[in-house]
Amino acid sequence: MSSTPQSDVVGLVSPKTGVHWIPVIGLEVHCQLKTWTKLFCGCRNEFGAPPNSLTCPVCTAQPGALPVLNREALDLALRTALALGADVAPRSKFDRKNYFYCDLPKGYQISQFDQPYCKGGGITLSSGKRVRLTRIHLEEDAGKAIHDRGPTTLVDLNRAGVPLIESVSEADMQTSQEAFEYLSTLKQLLQYVGASDCDMEKGSLRCDVNISVHPAGEPWRTKVELKNLNSFRNVQAAIEYEIVRQVEAYESGDPARMPVQETRLFDAVAGLTRSMRKKEDAHDYRYFPEPDLPPITVGAEMLERQRAMLPEMPPARRERYQAALGLSAYDAGVLTAERPLAEFFETVARLSNRPKEASNWITNELLRCLSDPELEPTSIDELPFRPHDMALLIEMVEAGALSVQAGRKVLRAMFQTGKSPKELASSLGLEQISDTSALEGWCREALVGKDKIIADVKAGKTKAVGALVGPVMKASKGSANPQLVQEILLRIIAEG
Amino acid sequence: MSPAATAQDACAMAGAFQRGERSAERNVLEAFERLDAAEPRLQAFAGTQRERALSQARALDRDRAQGISAGVLAGVPVALKSNMCWQGVEAHCGSRILAGYKPPYTATFVERLIAAGAIPIGMTNMDEFAMGSSGENSAFGVARNPWDLARTPGGSSSGSAAAVAAGIVPIALGSDTGGSVRQPAAFCGIAGFKPTYGRVSRYGLIAFGSSLDQVSPFARSLRDIELVCHVISGVDAADSTTAQLPPMEIEAGDLRGLRIGVPAEYFPPQLAPEVRKVYDAAKARLLELGAQLVDVRLPHTEYAIPTYYVVATAEASSNLARYEGIRYGLRVEGDGSLQGMFAATRAAGFGAEVQRRILLGTYVLSSGYYDAWYNRALRVRRLLRRDFDTAFEQVDLIIGPTTPTAAFRLGEKTSDPVAMYLSDVMTAPISLAGLPGLSLPCGFVEQDGVSLPLGLQIIGPALSDPLVLRAGRSFEEATDHHRRRPDLAQLQAVRA
Repeated sequence: MSSTPQSDVVGLVSPKTGVHWIPVIGLEVHCQLKTWTKLFCGCRNEFGAPPNSLTCPVCTAQPGALPVLNREALDLALRTALALGADVAPRSKFDRKNYFYCDLPKGYQISQFDQPYCKGGGITLSSGKRVRLTRIHLEEDAGKAIHDRGPTTLVDLNRAGVPLIESVSEADMQTSQEAFEYLSTLKQLLQYVGASDCDMEKGSLRCDVNISVHPAGEPWRTKVELKNLNSFRNVQAAIEYEIVRQVEAYESGDPARMPVQETRLFDAVAGLTRSMRKKEDAHDYRYFPEPDLPPITVGAEMLERQRAMLPEMPPARRERYQAALGLSAYDAGVLTAERPLAEFFETVARLSNRPKEASNWITNELLRCLSDPELEPTSIDELPFRPHDMALLIEMVEAGALSVQAGRKVLRAMFQTGKSPKELASSLGLEQISDTSALEGWCREALVGKDKIIADVKAGKTKAVGALVGPVMKASKGSANPQLVQEILLRIIAEG
Repeated sequence: MSPAATAQDACAMAGAFQRGERSAERNVLEAFERLDAAEPRLQAFAGTQRERALSQARALDRDRAQGISAGVLAGVPVALKSNMCWQGVEAHCGSRILAGYKPPYTATFVERLIAAGAIPIGMTNMDEFAMGSSGENSAFGVARNPWDLARTPGGSSSGSAAAVAAGIVPIALGSDTGGSVRQPAAFCGIAGFKPTYGRVSRYGLIAFGSSLDQVSPFARSLRDIELVCHVISGVDAADSTTAQLPPMEIEAGDLRGLRIGVPAEYFPPQLAPEVRKVYDAAKARLLELGAQLVDVRLPHTEYAIPTYYVVATAEASSNLARYEGIRYGLRVEGDGSLQGMFAATRAAGFGAEVQRRILLGTYVLSSGYYDAWYNRALRVRRLLRRDFDTAFEQVDLIIGPTTPTAAFRLGEKTSDPVAMYLSDVMTAPISLAGLPGLSLPCGFVEQDGVSLPLGLQIIGPALSDPLVLRAGRSFEEATDHHRRRPDLAQLQAVRA
């Protein structure tokens, strides 16, 4: 097994026996590709439409209908493979995976069995550990069986034929945290390349876990498959539960409890896994080459076209933000978490020509507004204003036209109205007054009867003037530029 | 040409329509007269579309009157096999499981026929899911051979062959998977042509063996075959297995200078002397017409039938998985569970032969048997292809009997599936190799006082379809076997 720098601390030391148990974890991730149409027909690939409204003879398996590969799906799959550093096969094929279920209209799923379009690649975790990918293959999704609407089962075939890629990792992980980080990174990558929404709630990302435990230094033991994991947190919880369950089972010495090769379902409410089917009940899928589809051939040119469409990926982007823009590692991480945020930041930084300030405003103020439950929207994609407006706001604050405090208020108002910061600053009366003639009047008023302060300043204690800035600000109802007020006060004292 | 002769010749019919000598309506009405006269006994048709055909005919007549130019098959009535999708018209595939099934879409080749002005008048009887060589595996009508009503017209495209042989329509479409058009064409004394696999779109042909199925026409003359092929062939975006080629063209020329291979394997010692005599005469004719006859070997021929029954049944077991009672066709609730419904529906809906082949196909794909059966069959299939490749290095075409015997009696082979399978012994290898194969009348044998036709098969290299048809046309022009007609009075007599 692969060892890691922390291999002496991973796993579980049994309090009962003192045996050091090492978990072995691999993940299978199904991800729906964000294509315009389904994998083998022209129906829209869309979530939430009325049941069976996105169907045709092909995806309802009418007799005589035939599949035709959607090139867009292949393009997205190729881009994903390239982003993961995987090897794309110049030639691969589709196979039929045969089984009966009410949500599988053809009675088989078109998938890839022994010749996936992509092998290898991997994901590097923050610890520097590399989790290798075994393979990625392209396949179609099944429909949805709805069992909770009365006595009959309803079938919705809108999802039938939606393109999926299934990525299978090597069993290189040992902790639930590693699994979590692997999933987060994979999700980030899929979103970056524009392959998928990766929305677990909508089912566009689904994860199964293969897991076993063995005493350190001994061979691997029987693996168990975990299913029904609806969130990354559930993946973590299920892994943690399963490690303890398997260790306790082995240590009990009870033959009836020995872990066997099986599929277990995670019950998120009860926080435990339950056996679903044993190995001997496993389907014989009778895979064979899909005769209705020619092999997939991917030429160098096709691959290069997809490579050219790859965006700059998060690691490279983080490095550039630190090296070229002078951001902290932390801020670079926050800004690159999602591609739309990173792109928003880069546009604002370019337009304002102030990357550091852009980073501060976005990581502090903009993200706070996005997570504010009282404010809509909550996603960077749905902002009612453009990066241009954000850049303008930063310029106004930097030029002294707005105080930082006022800038925050303007930003909230931008969220609510989508109006430009200029318009909002004036309509909200938040513009700083930098007009010296107006400020001079207030300053002269403030100096009346403040001989002690004037004397102190003249004696060199220029800081004493600070006590007079407050009254001027008050007189201007907060709209004066405090920096300028201080300068004017000092000038008047010096002149007088 | 006499009116009766014109009615049996699509080229003549289309010409007469275009010149305004015959209306499409008359063609359709006369076709139905012939159908009604023959039909109670012949059982060629599973269903007719009188209203639809007549309204299409009248529309064609109106267009012609207004000088709107029509397609090359304008006004020609045609028949379709019951495994072909024509929107809204029952395509039961000879199976109880699809009784009442009306496809929501039209097959590409049917659309092309209709666009060329052909008028489908009905759907013909067939072996259930095209599995059979006699038509007796139909859950509905069992078609008769117009030459002798006690005999089979062959199968599985039984009704289409009988309809053309009885002169009801000049053209009918069948589908050929292992010989299902060529064998009935031979038994019925007409021409039947299986194009190169991929030359005609399968979109809308209800699948049996996807890597073998090919839409194939019947007609009384090679010119009509050529015309239909021109209309229905050519690349189709809805079928990824079609060759990227335009419609088939008609090749001028004759047999002079062609090297024709005569494989010993197709003229086995078991061939009856009177049958051999017919083929000897055909060979002599070919020589007279300027062809050269060359001995060739196809050493793997004897493995074709077992190979065919592994490959075709494997594909069928998967293709027929969609018939489970959920979306269309028969549903039998069974014990109320989902699996129970699937099992009960399929047990009640499929006939014995279809069930036998599904079981066989499921077996050969099963884990542990796949390599010994399916995979080995694929290897032998490659050897069979290589046989032909090697032979075609020496010759332009290959000939042989289409079938080892003339039409057998209904009921003669129903109790012995293997004997039934062996009637495909000279057609299945061509299907496995994906090659074009033509059967055309080449003589008659007397059996029990009845004259029965025999077919000559002409086989060409992949995509040499125009050459195969040219050779057939040249042979046809020099002979008059195709002009002989069955005595249709027997149909009337039985009726009376």
